[in-house]
Amino acid sequence: MSVPRFWRRLKNLYNLIGTHCKKCGEYYYPPRNMCPKCRRIGQVVPFKFKGIGEVVTFTIVHSAAKDFAKNTPYILAIIKLEEGPHLTSQVICNHNDIHIGMKVKSAFRKLGEESEKGMIYYGTKFVPLADN
Amino acid sequence: MNVGIVSYGAYIPRYRIKIEEIAKVWGDDASSILDGLMIYEKSVPDMDEDTITIAVEAARHAINRAGVDPGRIGAIFTGSESHPYAVKPTSTVVAEAIGATPDLTVADFEFACKAGTAAIQACMGLAESGIVDLGMAIGADVSQGAPGDALEYSAAAGGVAYVIGKENLIAKIESTYSFTTDTPDFWRREGMPYPEHGGRFTGEPGYFKHVTSAATGLMKRMGTKPSDYNYAIFHQPNGKFPTRVAKMLGFSGEQIKPGLVVPRLGNTYSGSCMMGLAATLDIAKPGDRIFMTAFGSGAGSDAFSISVTDRIDEIRNRAPSVEKLLSNPIYMDYATYAKHKGKIKL
Ligand SMILES: [Zn+2]
Repeated sequence: MSVPRFWRRLKNLYNLIGTHCKKCGEYYYPPRNMCPKCRRIGQVVPFKFKGIGEVVTFTIVHSAAKDFAKNTPYILAIIKLEEGPHLTSQVICNHNDIHIGMKVKSAFRKLGEESEKGMIYYGTKFVPLADN
Repeated sequence: MNVGIVSYGAYIPRYRIKIEEIAKVWGDDASSILDGLMIYEKSVPDMDEDTITIAVEAARHAINRAGVDPGRIGAIFTGSESHPYAVKPTSTVVAEAIGATPDLTVADFEFACKAGTAAIQACMGLAESGIVDLGMAIGADVSQGAPGDALEYSAAAGGVAYVIGKENLIAKIESTYSFTTDTPDFWRREGMPYPEHGGRFTGEPGYFKHVTSAATGLMKRMGTKPSDYNYAIFHQPNGKFPTRVAKMLGFSGEQIKPGLVVPRLGNTYSGSCMMGLAATLDIAKPGDRIFMTAFGSGAGSDAFSISVTDRIDEIRNRAPSVEKLLSNPIYMDYATYAKHKGKIKL
């Protein structure tokens, strides 16, 4: 991730801010400026998700790109948010505990860093809902 | 003073390492360390946690506990000795992450273990004068001791956030008083990964002199005595120091018990005293009075006299208690711990 790209997405990474179409009731994450269902008649507004969801499926990553190598093995999951949208995120928990249907909540974590002297990227990951 | 605590929130990483596990690696006698420090285990940050993530989680708990509108927060000061950036304030990320930007002032504070209470004092001034509506003061650290150094047994991770204002208080801050001198008991030079300390020198002229001077100074000013307080919290670099200083000042073991979190947590540095206050607010009743004295090497102490209001019962359970955060830990061995703390560079 480059610094400008991170900066543009920062609000959406920190807080799971997506969009909501007031016309049809659909929620979008990442945010969409136009509702694909309602097209021109859609009424799209910013929406902050509660951050509660459920694991739909997951994989345990053992070999990762250089930036993430320090974190392997880690869990990458598709999460269905309570409000509807699906997103891909790391889930931080014991690897024996992860399962399909696990309730999770968002947490503020380091996503990565450019290098030891570079920018640190922060954003949202998920932890078990049962965590403190 | 017409200012106090509107809300508070704490955060502690889930990982712990037991003192025995560290002692085993260095060939130290675990039981003499347990006796000497009165610390049984300490918290360890996850690989992707640092002072910023911990400060954000604590700040979010504080916002949620009292349902504070983040737009009302006009100042955020984060005290830490482990800010991830040397230049680029932790508080900017916290402000953005809790939705308090852009109409506010922020800065990071640094004063060893008392940077967080110095932040509380700054917020008190801004809030009481009306310059800001609400201020947020955070103490958070992921402190490190050099491998094999005595500090490795105590340096822990955690953070606490306080929202300071004039209305809807859960606790009134009756008064504060500080005692500061130039005392070289502990330091870390720019760019160095681990702190240096004056060894045995750190106790008497550092901790004990400053804590007792600030505490007696505040009680003298206010005309109060230890028996006027239900609870007391003193900075907790280990379990021994606060226990001893409480006794020296005339506070009982019962008074310091709820706030003595260090045996199961370790020293969270800027979070230490403020975590003890959070744990005490978790169980305090309306009308209770709390005495707190923080200490930061270098050196200085901030003393506070606090009285709890009726509103505490309304909001207390809307965010996790310190007890909840301390429960259900995940224990790790030294190898995993070293990887977590970045001691093994990959
Ligand atoms: Zn629509």
